Amino acid sequence: MKLDSKIPAGPLAEKWTNYKASQKLVNPANKRKLDIIVVGTGLAGASAAASLGAMGFNVDIFCIQDSPRRAHSIAAQGGINAAKNYQNDGDSVERLFRDTIKGGDYRAREANVYRLAEVSGAIIDQCVAQGVPFARDYGGLLDNRSFGGAQVSRTFYAKGQTGQQLLLGAYGVLSREIARGTVKLHTRCEMMDLVVVEGRARGIIVRNLVTGDLERYAAHAVVLATGGYGNLYYLSTNAMNSNGSAAWVCHRKGAAFANPCYVQIHPTCIPVHGDYQSKLTLMSESLRNDGRIWVPKKKEDAEAIRAGKLKPTEIPEENRDYYLERRYPAFGNLVPRDVASRAAKERCDAGYGVGTGYAVYLDFADAIQRLGKDVVEQKYGNLFQMYQKITDENPYETPMMIYPAIHYTMGGLWVDYELQTTIPGLFAAGEANFSDHGANRLGASALMQGLADGYFVLPYTMQNYLADQIYVGKISSTTPEFDKAEVAVRERLNKLTTIGGDKTVDHFHKALGKIMWEYCGMARNTESLNKAKKLVSQLEDEFWKSVFIPGNANEMNPELEKAYRLEDYFELAQLVIDDAMHREESCGGHFRTEHQTEDGETLRDDEHFMYVAAWEYQGHGQPETMEKEPLVYEHIQVSHEVHITYLASGERPSQGPFRDLSFGRHLARLFFP
Amino acid sequence: MLDILNEQLVNDHIAHPVCFDNDCREGICGMCGLYINGRPHGNDDGITTCQLHMRKFHDGDDIWIEPWRAKPFPVIRDLVVDRSAFDKIIQAGGYISTTTGGVPDANTIPIPKHKADMAMDAASCIGCGACVAACKNASAMLFVGAKVSHLALLPQGQIEAADRVHKMVCKMDELGFGSCTNTYACEAECPKLIKRQNISRLNRQWIGALFGRDRK
Repeated sequence: MKLDSKIPAGPLAEKWTNYKASQKLVNPANKRKLDIIVVGTGLAGASAAASLGAMGFNVDIFCIQDSPRRAHSIAAQGGINAAKNYQNDGDSVERLFRDTIKGGDYRAREANVYRLAEVSGAIIDQCVAQGVPFARDYGGLLDNRSFGGAQVSRTFYAKGQTGQQLLLGAYGVLSREIARGTVKLHTRCEMMDLVVVEGRARGIIVRNLVTGDLERYAAHAVVLATGGYGNLYYLSTNAMNSNGSAAWVCHRKGAAFANPCYVQIHPTCIPVHGDYQSKLTLMSESLRNDGRIWVPKKKEDAEAIRAGKLKPTEIPEENRDYYLERRYPAFGNLVPRDVASRAAKERCDAGYGVGTGYAVYLDFADAIQRLGKDVVEQKYGNLFQMYQKITDENPYETPMMIYPAIHYTMGGLWVDYELQTTIPGLFAAGEANFSDHGANRLGASALMQGLADGYFVLPYTMQNYLADQIYVGKISSTTPEFDKAEVAVRERLNKLTTIGGDKTVDHFHKALGKIMWEYCGMARNTESLNKAKKLVSQLEDEFWKSVFIPGNANEMNPELEKAYRLEDYFELAQLVIDDAMHREESCGGHFRTEHQTEDGETLRDDEHFMYVAAWEYQGHGQPETMEKEPLVYEHIQVSHEVHITYLASGERPSQGPFRDLSFGRHLARLFFP
Repeated sequence: MLDILNEQLVNDHIAHPVCFDNDCREGICGMCGLYINGRPHGNDDGITTCQLHMRKFHDGDDIWIEPWRAKPFPVIRDLVVDRSAFDKIIQAGGYISTTTGGVPDANTIPIPKHKADMAMDAASCIGCGACVAACKNASAMLFVGAKVSHLALLPQGQIEAADRVHKMVCKMDELGFGSCTNTYACEAECPKLIKRQNISRLNRQWIGALFGRDRK
């Protein structure tokens, strides 16, 4: 495997312009002759399919839900970044680029990130033209807010439902293309395998989730926009059906998988409350703009709260520890996500947690006093309502409780500058690829990346690939490669349905999630990773012996769906662990307890690890081989200081938050008694 | 609750687990939709099925769960229904025709804040189908009204407004959704609290389209 990132020559700011000027194009008469498959209807998939369809290509789009509008992009709350500088507060393409590289802890590719920042403004134009009802100020112009980690207000938002509105915008244009006949929609279909013919991606095998039938689709190119693999951890903010299997089958077929250990933990989720919980609900991080995070200053107060003897509103101001404001006066409650997450964990670890002991307060009393209840309600009304519905507590009267949870996966299929994987003809977009966020993603950048890939990158770069493909004619789905792939899928499904054990799939998924959260979660070390590896192998063996899947493969069978997704998670878990093990440094969402500063912050090793780790599949149970793509920073100067600097007045924590992992074990017990 | 039921059914090898649609579990994807004790999304206001907590029931209560009942939403299996009719209504015109690129700067047309906010309220529809299930006529007027209102309230949506309302209403009728008799069960059951004023606006748009000259 040879990695060629295909970064165009020239100064950073001109790369994309140069690329577009010199790339190959397909003329309109030939576009009709080319077929494209898009898997996934989230922001990246829907926007790519709509754009490609409008250009004249024949597009087939697939989703596992009953409608393209259900993809999990819909749940994104906070907003979308764009370097519009409408607020005149010093934003620019260059600054968004720098913030993204820095936020990713210098582990992302300069050229990709610059392009992302460059097209960000056009995304907002596009969305407004589609009728996305972004928030506006009284003069009728677009409003912005600042968002986790940013010092400028560049985030556009639509109440707390930005993802929903952007997705409905993309769904609208997609619907238009479906009506025009350029895009064919296939709902309740799951991609089971990628078909590779003579080294190129030429089609997919899908399972019709209603009938269980296997179907074949052939095309000149395949776009994978199937999101991330956060559900590996069982409890995450992902939807129940979000899964990593489509990306994983591509990995099995030869697509390299990059940086799997970069997993983002979101600091503002509603804390775990019981054993039967199936997922965690995210509260938009925009809440940190006006909410203040605190825990009691005195341990006895925290204990009294946990025992239900004291109410948070009864604790006087001087006995509250606003630990983020204390430790990071420059950023206050808006520190980056990983810092906020670890700081919350540190406080709870030290015994100051509230609720079940694994929660901190997010308090709006000040904001309500300063802005008035009406303004707060206007800004966050639906989030407050959601919180109240879930917890039965009124956040206007008592502080909210929050805690970190698995949220986003920066790792994904390795792609070059054109978003093409190591399999020619297979492209990956959105969260499914690894390209733009480095080791950690900034708030409100996921929506930006998904739409940038789909609206403004793939429609160009795919043409460069497809220009040659006009000579190959229609791709047939009756070739031996398709036969072989379909037989393999059938055998795999039969194997699962005939195990005949006595335990449910969820039993194993919960156990896998527990292992990963405990030993390969917010903090990892050699010992914990070794343990995780062993436990995952044992669990997988047990799975193959004793899982029970009712029914058969030729019917609607949600248990079977869960089973084959979990089967892939076992392999993926091993890779996440291997990647975490090999990366002997801490950066962004990857925190190795052996590599931390005295203050318990991430400690990078740029000399040895400034590269992308791209893994190649070697067969089930075999260790994967790793190829390095060095990251060269020509434009930006790599900062060696820890990316949050303490100011002199800030009191420093006496001890790093991750001296040991016992806290993870306590927490895991809470999830899975 | 259904997760637990299914886990027991599988564990005890009693029966095939009950199929039901669900996904985001935070009330935004619109995938879940069950008739619980005679009400779409159960006995609480402004929530979806996945947000209905067991604390809303008493120990020992009987719980009746049914799929959406509406002709345009045929049952696929158990509690799963086919809501692709909604997609077809949107495909008939529930969008603003744009192609990627070539659009003006986002701040070119200012939009009064209250209009943008009203559009946002209408646009928060999640397409779950509770309005149709709640309606004795299985009318989709609230769903269509929400989309028509969202786009008609924005200047960008004005250009195709007349054509849009005509096509969407015709498609709705064609797919077998019933007529609106102004009972407003839809509004009462909408998990996103979408207001019936959107139906009035739909009717106004429809009348305007009938007599206006804008339509093709």
